[in-house]
Parts: sequence; C-alpha cells; structure tokens
Amino acid sequence: MNNPISKDSGPLIKGSNYSRFVSDYGMLGVLILLCILFSILTLREQHPSGAEAARVLSKQLADEYPISTGVLIIARDSREDSVFSELLAEELTTDGFSTIHKISGDPAHVRTELSGAIDSISSIKLIASTEAFAPVLQSIKSQVPQIADIPIVIPPSKRWPTFLLADNLRNVANQIAVIAIIAIGMTMVIIAAGIDLSVGSLVALSAVLIAWLIGYAGGEKATGIAMFLAGIAAMILCGATGAFSGLMITYFRVPPFIATLAMMQVAAGAAYIISQGKPIYQLPDSFILLGRGAEPFLKIPYAVILMVILYILAHLLMTRTTLGRYIYAVGGNMEASRLAGIRVKAILFFVYTMSGILAGLGGIIIASQLKSGAPTYGLTYELYVIAAVVVGGTSLSGGEGRILGTLIGAFIIAVIQNGMNLTNIETYTQKVVLGLVILGAVLLDQLKHRGISFKIFQRVNRDRI
Amino acid sequence: MSNPDSKPRPLLLEMRQIRKAFPGVLAVSDGRLELREGEILALVGENGAGKSTLVKILMGVHRPDAGEIRLAGERIEFRSPIEAFRHGMVIIYQEFSLIPSLPVRDNLFLGHEKSRHGILNKKFETAAAKSVFERLGINLSLNTPVRDLTIAEQQMVEIGRALLFEARVIIMDEPTAALSPREVQSLFTILRELAGRGIGIVFVSHRLEEVFAIADRVTVMRDGCTIDTREISKIDRSRLIEMMVGRPMQDEYPRSVRKTGEVCLEVREFCGRKLSHISFAVRRGEILSLVGLMGAGRTDVARLIFGADPKEGGELFLNGQAIEVKSPRDAINSGICLLTEDRKEQGLILKLSVKENYSLPHLSRWSKKGWIDQGEEISRFYSAVKDLNIRLTGPNQKAVSLSGGNQQKLLVARWLETDAQVIIFDEPTRGIDVGAKYEMYLLMNRLAESGKAIIVISSDLPEALGISDRILVMKEGKIAGEIKDVSRASQEDIMALAV
Repeated sequence: MNNPISKDSGPLIKGSNYSRFVSDYGMLGVLILLCILFSILTLREQHPSGAEAARVLSKQLADEYPISTGVLIIARDSREDSVFSELLAEELTTDGFSTIHKISGDPAHVRTELSGAIDSISSIKLIASTEAFAPVLQSIKSQVPQIADIPIVIPPSKRWPTFLLADNLRNVANQIAVIAIIAIGMTMVIIAAGIDLSVGSLVALSAVLIAWLIGYAGGEKATGIAMFLAGIAAMILCGATGAFSGLMITYFRVPPFIATLAMMQVAAGAAYIISQGKPIYQLPDSFILLGRGAEPFLKIPYAVILMVILYILAHLLMTRTTLGRYIYAVGGNMEASRLAGIRVKAILFFVYTMSGILAGLGGIIIASQLKSGAPTYGLTYELYVIAAVVVGGTSLSGGEGRILGTLIGAFIIAVIQNGMNLTNIETYTQKVVLGLVILGAVLLDQLKHRGISFKIFQRVNRDRI
Repeated sequence: MSNPDSKPRPLLLEMRQIRKAFPGVLAVSDGRLELREGEILALVGENGAGKSTLVKILMGVHRPDAGEIRLAGERIEFRSPIEAFRHGMVIIYQEFSLIPSLPVRDNLFLGHEKSRHGILNKKFETAAAKSVFERLGINLSLNTPVRDLTIAEQQMVEIGRALLFEARVIIMDEPTAALSPREVQSLFTILRELAGRGIGIVFVSHRLEEVFAIADRVTVMRDGCTIDTREISKIDRSRLIEMMVGRPMQDEYPRSVRKTGEVCLEVREFCGRKLSHISFAVRRGEILSLVGLMGAGRTDVARLIFGADPKEGGELFLNGQAIEVKSPRDAINSGICLLTEDRKEQGLILKLSVKENYSLPHLSRWSKKGWIDQGEEISRFYSAVKDLNIRLTGPNQKAVSLSGGNQQKLLVARWLETDAQVIIFDEPTRGIDVGAKYEMYLLMNRLAESGKAIIVISSDLPEALGISDRILVMKEGKIAGEIKDVSRASQEDIMALAV
C-alpha cells in the first residue's frame, strides 16, 4: 500500500489501533474476569450422571479389574439412571466382561431382587452403582449377608466449577439469546443517536400474535408451515410498528424517546387486546423447537446459533457496508451527514424498522421457549436491552459503538445473573448488584474515554510543535 | 491605536519565563507577556505557537512548570479558573459560555447570582445590568433569551459580564471571527472604552488588519516562545507575518493566471426565506466572491444552491441546462459541492475517523451491492492525504483531533474527489493560521485553473479582494452590486455597497 504518512508515524498508528481495540472491546476483559470469579466461587465436587457416568465408570473398571470379574449393575429406574445402566452394560460387554447382571428399581424392589437371586450372585465380585444410590445400597447390602462383602464402585468424581459445566454454559447463552438478539437492533438505533423504548412491548405483541395466529391455523394441530408463516407475520407487524416510530421521528420530528414511548404503550395494549389478557397455550409440541431445541453434536441451542449468526451478519453490516457507515455518520452528526449527501431519513427509518423486526423475533423465541404467548412477556426487557448496549460500550450520544461490544455486554449481564443464582444470592439483591454493575460499566467507559482523549490531545500538540 | 500619553502607563500584568510541558510536548518554553493598564495588546502567532496555552495559564486552567506571573507588581499563582476570575482575569472565548434558553440578565449573573437565602434579587440584578450596559452604550433587552441574540450581541453580554465582576484583564480569543465589519467596528469602540477605564485587554486574533486597527502593541509567539513585543506604529504587516512564520512571505494572496471559460452555474431569480430575486452566474475557471454584512444572506444563497434549505422560487442552470436540486444529495450528484462555514457542526462528523469522514459522500461509488471496497477506500484516502499534504497520524485518527487547517483540508479533499464542477467555499479561512490560509488560496487557484467554477463567501474583505476575479456584494437578502475590476477596488468600495 502506498502510504505516505506511515513512515514517520508508524508506531502511532499501531498505538491508535491498540487503544481502539481496548476502547471497543475492553469489556471483554470484564466478562472474562467475571467468568473467572464465578468459576472460583462455584468450584465443587462434580459427580457425573447418565451416559457420562457410565463412560467414566466402564473405563475405570476395565483398567482396574480382570474381565472375568462378575459385575452387578444396580440403579434406580429413572430415565437418567436407566441410561447409565444400559450404557454401562453395553460398554462393559464391549470391553470383554462376560458376567453382567442388572437390577433397576427403587430400594424395596432392589432388596427383593437381591434376596431372590442368591444363586447368580455367587459369581458377582463387584457392584456398580451411581453416586446418589450408593448410600442406600450400602444399607441394603448389610441386610443381605451373601453380598455383604462385595465392594460397591461408583463413577469417579472430579473438582470442577458448576459455572463452567457445559449444561450451565448452554443455559447462560440460551437465557440471554433473546435480549442479545433484540440488542442488535437497539445498538443500531443508539449508534444512530436514537432510542427505542418499544422493544419490550413488541416482544409481548409478537409472542401473543404468533400464538393467536397458530390458534387460527389449527392450534395444537398446526403444521410447520403454518407456524413459520405465523412467525413471519408477527415479525412483519413488529417491523411495521418500528417503521411507524421511524416515520414519526423522521417526518414529523417527534423525539425518539417520545415516539417509541408511545408505541410501547400501544403495542402493550394491543397484546392484551389480542390475547384478551390471558396466556394462549394451544400450541403444537413441535413449536418449542426454536426455543428449546438444540443441534445434536455439541447440544448448542438453536436460539443461540441464531443469535450468533445474527451477530455476525450485523457486525458485517456495521463495519463493511455503506449502510453501516451511514448509521454511524447520521448518529455522529445528522446535519453534516445530510450535507454530505446521505439520505438521513431513510437511514433512521431503517434502524427503527430493524429494531422492531428483531424485537418481534425475540418475542417468537420466548413464545417457543415457554410454549405459550402471553401479554406479560418482555416486560422491562427494553431496560435490559439498553443496559446490554451501554455495558457493551456504545455511547448514548450516538456515532460510537460496536455490535460485538453489545454481545459482550449482554453476556456480562447473563453471567452476573447466572453466577448469583449459582451462589444463592436472592433475587432482590441480584437487582441491586446488576444496577451497580451497569453504573460501573458506564463509569469505566467514561474514564477510558477521558484517558484516550487525553492521549489524542498530547498527540495533536506534538504535531503542532 | 497609538499611545496618546508620552510616558508609558503602569504595568498591570506580567508573565515571565513561563514554561509548560505536557507529557511528551513542550507547549510553551519561554512565554513572556507584559500588559499595561488601559492597553490593548494583540497576541499573535500561528496555530500551535503556544498562545492558547499561555492564555490558559493566565486563566488558571493550567499551572505553569516554571516562571512567574505578577499582577500589579505582586506575584500571584492561580490554582483554578475561579481563583483567576476572583483576581479579575476574564476570558471571552470564540464559543460563548452562555446558556441559550436563559434571558440576558440570568446569563449575566450566571454562577454569581445575587440572592438572599436562595431567593433571587432580580431588582438588584436588573439595576446592575442596566448600569453596565449604559456605560458601554449597549442597547439590549435584559429579558430576551440569549438564543435570540446575534453573535455580536452575545459577545456584548459576555463583555457586560466581565464588567459586572470588575475585570482587570479581559482576554478576547478571536472575538471578530463571526462578526460583520460593522459589528467589528462597534466591538472596537467598546474595547477602547474599556481600555479607557484602565482595563488591560489581550486581543488574540488571526486577522492582522484588525490587530493594526485596534492594538497598541503586539506580542508575537512562535514555537512556544515569545519572539518579541513591538509598538504597533513601529511595525508593518509583512514584517509582522515574517515574525510569526519565521521566514519572509512573498505574497499573502497568491494570484494565478487563468482563463475564464463558459458560464458554468447560473442562478436565476432565487427566492428563499431570507432572499429575494438573486441572479448571478459564475464561469469555469473563475473565482467569484460573495461578500456582505453578517445576515446579508450570503450563506443562504450557498445553502439554496446546494439544496440544504428549501427554495421558494427561482431556477438553477448548470452548463446551460436547468437542473432541479432538492437535497444536498441532488447537488452532489450534479457536481455542486459546498464547503460549509461551520466545520465542526456541519462539515465533519467528529466522532468518526478521518478516513470515514473523507469517504462519506463517495461510498456508494466505492462499493459493490452495498459492500464497501475497503482497498479502494484506503488507497483513495492516502492519495488525497498526499495530494493536499494533510497532517495526520493515520486513517483511524478521530476527526476531532485534527487542527483547524487540516480539518478544512480534509473537507476540501473530500469534495475534490467528487470531480465537482462548482465548489462553494463558505468562510474557508476562518480560524486557521497564516500558513494554512496561504495553502487554501493556492488550492482554490489550482481548482480554478483546472476549469472549476469557484464561489467564495468571505467576511475578510482584504481576502476577497486578494483572491477573487469578481465580487458580488450582498445586502439584506439582495445583490447590492458587483465589482468587476477587483484590482482597482478597495475595501471602502465594498462597504459602500454593503451598508
């Protein structure tokens, strides 16, 4: 690249890229620190269960005992324990163990079975069970003299933070997916120097609307296509509501705060009218696929996958396209943008419409997660969404901010909530902490900005002299 | 003007061997300043010479690393702006510190309200304000909200404020930048009146003819040092410029030889909110100046041509063809560009990077299906930076941190990229230093030579006379006259038409 200025100012460019990264994604550090904190606070003995337990136990048995050892597997008949028994038997057979017996059921049933099967017990040298069942088994064993000496083995445990368990992490991501998705639209609105207070109500409207439309299309017997079309219709209506706010803001110069505050009331009321104030439950079982389903390999929920895809698209939109650049420009200085030939009204119209569509999508996901549509969904979501955007480093005065910063902001909120749940902090206290965290994030951002502007100031002076 | 007394007046303020370093930068290395009672002292120098740092030290904003300040012979130290204010140091900035929605009286007493147990004593305030305005010969209603005042009137409020709190030293930072010639004259009358009361005035300005018109002495700063202080009557303009830039200047207004061609842009019977029946034409290769008093409608003409304001009538012709311009976007697409008067409010988007600012109007051409071609963008940016010699640290530098001259160059560079046929410069040299002004003139010449039609709006009459081929004088929303032979015209000729 022919670069006439890098020769004497190379290090400065590097420095400015570095400080830009810090200022754009500095909150990533906070998120990582929070994860470390909650990992330490939730460090516990973790006992595997189900398939995982079977796998580690079979491995241990194969390593420590000869294959001639007769093994008796005793577990309850719950779903998880059945998986454990079945899989353990299967794995041991594969490993070459020949004599395997299984008993499944509650303690009384187990005792009867044991007493009645004395003959086959003679070949048994080992009892395999689960961590939860072992104490009960111990007392049963002492009552049946024939097996009193046979040792019980359980799946080995390990020390591991509850926070970092795969299930919990999936849970964190799934919990925040809706807010994070809506926050994409909010970030665009705020970068364009606006605000959208209607998103929470649009979530309710969308959830009610899709449930109501599916009710029309056959309720519990509705087809997949009908559900899909109902979802599209709900998103279009929410997009139209956003577009209406955009129209008020651009053509009639109603301040964004007021226009979207009005739409917040209108949408909330409409949700109650459509649902007649009651939740709508008549939905097909397959409806929960979007909200509760997960892909089969890593078991990542579909909602989370959707969220990630949307963030990638939005990031590209904001950094690589003319539209994205115009959104920053309009938010930075509307008049200067107009005088540079940008269609300011079209840009603002776009961001509010987009915000409405994404809020509608959020409502659909919630309806799917809860398998119902109720006008109470999404209450105060706008505040969480704005918090995610602000914690993510986007300035409320417009023109600055990063889409991926918002994702980090949303996760900071999710991790704090989840961490406090795991450490048994009660709900009311959680609210206090969350409020303080939002304040802290914004303060940190202010300090950082002051630091950077100070650096720029020095640089300019150096230039001049 | 020159000192009528034969013996020098007593010394009021003295700054000696002031030194101030910021991390990595020595902003002032040897700052000296002497201000006598009742004196108007001009402080001049290029941007970055250290004037503002020296002034800020005097105002208690910065604390000097070394050196001393004496007020009436007594050594003092200002730890904060309030302390400086209590000692009678008042500064009036280019951007005023008034609150637009509050009336004049409330602004006068802002932060120093006369009250008893929190209840305002409006009667006292009104009386005090009235007497101050009377002394200054200012006729302003105390109940008018400041936002309804002209810039000149707002400045009067600031000066009134200074007087109310018994200022001993008033620093005026570029006070005439936004004033019309007539307003400048009345400001000067008031400054002399203030000086007559023994107040010392430091007049910071880039406009040298004003320095010669108002100051008793002039102090020149360059590269963080005070170079010299001279009696204004014992120095001439070219010598003063030499002292400021550190080298001899050959010609303040460079002229190029160029041919004017066909009529490029023609305005017929333009009418707008403040304009009536404006008609004129500008040719290829011509530099046409629009001059007039503040509020005469010069900027309004530019905004109408550019489509920034709605017009109420009239037609626009480009190369003989009628065109419809309803928005800035239409104007840009037709090849008409406007370099706005207010760089920070209407030109740049300060939070964005220099590169993003540069490419804003061109993105649609440098993108495919909405995706920005980033290679194209950056290479165009670098070639423009090189072409106009813009000083910056890199493409991601925020526009807010550029110096005034470089901000202006960046905006010019932006419009050059559009391959415009008509470029309107609205106050292109306001607030930028002598060197940068010169570069701007060269650039306008170059553009005219390449066959573009240039319209310049200027409040600086010597500048308009120095650079343009033709001058249109505006008055109260109409074209009051035209000066065809600029080389034989004088400032008085222009003023005769403008007033």
